[in-house]
Parts: sequence; structure tokens; C-alpha cells
Amino acid sequence: MALSARDLSVGDVHEAVVVDNLSRTQIVQYAGASGDYNPIHTDEVFATKVVGYPTVFAHGMLTMGLTGRMLTDWVGDGRLTSFGVRFSRQVWPGDTLTARATVEAVRAEEGQHFVDLALSTRNQNDEEVVSGSATARIDS
Amino acid sequence: MTAERFPVEAGHIMMFARAIGDPNPIYSDEAYAAASERGGIIAPPTFVQASAQYDPDYPLRPRPGAPWLGSGREPTGTPPDKAGAGRGGGGGLHAEQHFTYHRDLHPGDVLSATTRPGSSWEREGRRGGKLVFSEGFTDYRDEKGELVVTARFVGVRTERTVEES
Repeated sequence: MALSARDLSVGDVHEAVVVDNLSRTQIVQYAGASGDYNPIHTDEVFATKVVGYPTVFAHGMLTMGLTGRMLTDWVGDGRLTSFGVRFSRQVWPGDTLTARATVEAVRAEEGQHFVDLALSTRNQNDEEVVSGSATARIDS
Repeated sequence: MTAERFPVEAGHIMMFARAIGDPNPIYSDEAYAAASERGGIIAPPTFVQASAQYDPDYPLRPRPGAPWLGSGREPTGTPPDKAGAGRGGGGGLHAEQHFTYHRDLHPGDVLSATTRPGSSWEREGRRGGKLVFSEGFTDYRDEKGELVVTARFVGVRTERTVEES
């Protein structure tokens, strides 16, 4: 299930579609689970009339969570030692996101192997919505 | 996010995994998880964000009888000067989030979340206007006081609504 150092090379890419046609309901679902009820994400009237956005938009942390699924599906469960992102663009209802990890380094420390990954999640227009990095413990 | 007691519960992990569209049985199927390398159900990597549910002062949760930012009879339940502040709706946008993992998080864990301030800085936005960034750290510890997750948050306030370019 987990990755092996011997199977990885710098520059290897793994990607996955992590949401297809994001629904407003999934954004509501994330609000409920996370406890972040900011109406900018779930309240069309507030988002458009009070703040002036075209519609509601996803929590950054929903996009990070979606990106995390690509990561854990690839590196294995419970293998991440760090995961960080920068939110570069809003994610809107209807968006389809593809999350990509690129191998930056494969290394060993005190007998434990690690992979360092660069992350990029893009929308259907190939615009980056999240960039970031992650490190995972891998097998030898 | 600050919480004296953040109990990590199986049902909450299941709902959180559903919300991020992740059907991985490691988040919900006890038998599968017990037989896996992890030895039991774990929480997804961004789960600690849900500690907001246990932060008594978390501002982005409606409370009975208190004015609420979102719409009801009117488009916002709080005065316009407050609603307009920060333009992110709740007073700013999330710029960055980073987690460092010290061990797996399992149902039954009871965490505390304590915050430490970080630095703040400013820069010009790509479409003009000043961007003000501020950083904070949250330490999630178990009942033995051991670190489980360290989170670093960066928020940004803009002077006007961020348009899609």
C-alpha cells in the first residue's frame, strides 16, 4: 500500500481528479463537519449581496482536504509527516479539481526513507488553486 | 483555534471524510482498519481543523439569540460595517495552512488545542491594494501532553473584494 523508495525517482508525477463538478451541497457538508460556518461559503444571499462575490466559494480547507485525498491514496495511510499549502485562487461551485504531486527528493534519515513532494491542484481551466508541499515516510 | 478538550470521535471522522469526498475505509471501517498497517481507524490529514467545533469562542458559528453574519430576514444579521470588514465574510481569507504530524490521530484521543501568535507582514496585491498577512500556530496535544499535530495558519486581509482574474 505504501510507496517504496526503490520505485520512486525525482520528477515522478502522480495526479488524480479529486472533485468533479463541486456542488454547493458538498461545501455545506464541509461546513457542517469542520464547524466553519462562515456564510461566505454557504449563504448565496450573503456572498452576493453583502460581500459582492459572484456566488459562494469553497473553504480553502476543503480544497486542502481534497488535495490530501490524492496524497494519502498515493503515499499510504498515516504516512505523512508534513503537509502544507498556499491558497492561490478561489474554488467555485461547478469546479473540477485535479491534484498533482511531483517527487522532489527521495532520501533516508537514520534508516527511514522519505519522499518530498511538490503539490499543485488545478481547476478545469488549468488555473492553480492550491500549491504546496508534503513529506511522507516510505518503505525502502 | 483554541480548545481545552477536543475529543476525537469515530462519527466525526466519518462525517469529515465524507465531506472531503474520501471513501477510504481507513476512516470508517473498524474491521478494515484493524487489519491494516495503521491497526485502527485514523483521522484524515486535515481533520484537526474541525477543532473549531470545540472552540467555545469560535466566531464563525451561529449562536442562539445572537446576531449572525449570514442572511435571514436581511442579507446580513450584523451591521454593514462589521459585515464588510475584511471582505472575507468572517474577517479575512485563508492564505496558507501547514501541518506537521507527530503521530496518527485515532478515535478516543482527547486533544487540547493551544495557539501561539506568529509574525505578520504586508505586501502589495497582484491587482492592487494592500494585503496584510498574519501567522499563528496551534499545538494539538494528547492527554499525556505529547504533541500530535502542529498547525501553522496564515490569514490575509485585503482592502477590497478579491476578483477572479
